[in-house]
Amino acid sequence: MKKFSVKTIVAIGIGAALFFVLGRFVAIPSPVPNTSISVQYGLLAFLSVVYGPIAGALVGLIGHTLIDFSYGWGVWWSWVFASAVFGLLMGLATKLLKMDEAEMGKKGLIKFNIAQLVGHVICWGGVAPVLDILIYNDPLDKLFAQGLVAGVSNAVTTAIVGSLLCVAYAATKTKAGSLTKE
Amino acid sequence: MINLFNYIDRPSPIHRLTGACKLVCLIAWSLAAMTSFYTPLLIAMTAAALVLFRIAKLKLSDISFMLGIMFAYILLNNVLIFLFSPEHGVGIYGSRTVLFSLVGPYVVTTEQLFYHLNVILKNACTIPIVLLFVCTTNPSEFAASLNRIGVSYRVSYAVALALRYIPDIQREYRDISLAQQARGVEMSRKASLVNRLKAASAILIPLILSSMDRIETISNAMELRGFGKGPRRTWYSGRAFSRMDWACMAACCLLAGLSLLLTWRNGGRYFNPFV
Repeated sequence: MKKFSVKTIVAIGIGAALFFVLGRFVAIPSPVPNTSISVQYGLLAFLSVVYGPIAGALVGLIGHTLIDFSYGWGVWWSWVFASAVFGLLMGLATKLLKMDEAEMGKKGLIKFNIAQLVGHVICWGGVAPVLDILIYNDPLDKLFAQGLVAGVSNAVTTAIVGSLLCVAYAATKTKAGSLTKE
Repeated sequence: MINLFNYIDRPSPIHRLTGACKLVCLIAWSLAAMTSFYTPLLIAMTAAALVLFRIAKLKLSDISFMLGIMFAYILLNNVLIFLFSPEHGVGIYGSRTVLFSLVGPYVVTTEQLFYHLNVILKNACTIPIVLLFVCTTNPSEFAASLNRIGVSYRVSYAVALALRYIPDIQREYRDISLAQQARGVEMSRKASLVNRLKAASAILIPLILSSMDRIETISNAMELRGFGKGPRRTWYSGRAFSRMDWACMAACCLLAGLSLLLTWRNGGRYFNPFV
């Protein structure tokens, strides 16, 4: 396995701390129980684009586990794992679609949003319910209803928050070829 | 600022165990609870969890807030299961004993109630152990424990960094949020959902961009001190395993093994009293 650079390690640590703070204090309750509209997935998508798949997966894993620990309702491993998979998928999609975080034009944003949509469908429509069935054997309809609400609300917040973050971050970076010879 | 991880420093045999041992026990215990639907085992584990709670000298008042959330969670979860699938237990246990009927398709059966009992027990035997872990493990020992059970020290260090910077980022979040509110950004219930999301981004962008700078500073500082050069590192708060630690870990691993064995011997995950 390739060694992480120091920067990736720090990004995982700070990213997980951000994920935790956003998930714990900025959660906006949604109508369906046990799920809330969570802003942190926009952040997770953005960090995965900038720092890559492994960083994304670990930010999701660590951040979500810490949130569950701090609420004291037990660690819901199936959902924690789904968060990690989402980070991983976003990081991989960045490489696959050749997204460049320093130049997020219209094209980049479209790619970003397609990737996050597919990622959310796989995680909340696939990974989380399937693991829940394996672990708790809850009724199917209930799981998919929870997954649907979580997936849709996460996709919406990622679309708004994640895109805004990408644009704001790109604006702080110097573009290639921004210097002209006089 | 509220104490999030709720570490309670109080001398007890559970506090004296090393963090790594408690982490292994937590994992083995949740594995046992996750795989099994064997009711007698779940009842025994719930009872054991409550006994451990007494041993750790935790008081109900220490965790009343968390208990409240936990009860609300379990209640909602069960109501939701019943609403979506009132015949789930019938499908699992293969018989149908009607007790009384409610509105429309909602019929209360013994099997369904027994299934709910199992779901509640599964939660009831894990949650006290998670609380126990959170309340008796010093957060700064947590990263050292991760490294001890085989997680690479780079990843463990990322966890340590996260725990270290949560209070800082929380403070920064509050500062930015107050500054934005002073400029008229509405975050409370009075604003509509879309507006609240927009308001959240007005806080997020400065928060995250300043955190990106922070990442730069910290990684430079760590690089200057030669972090990541050696194959291993030592931890300030790491401790060696005692005999008690080994005994606890062995007991919890046996428990996980027992749970798997019961599932396998029983020919299915469910303990079925209806046949």
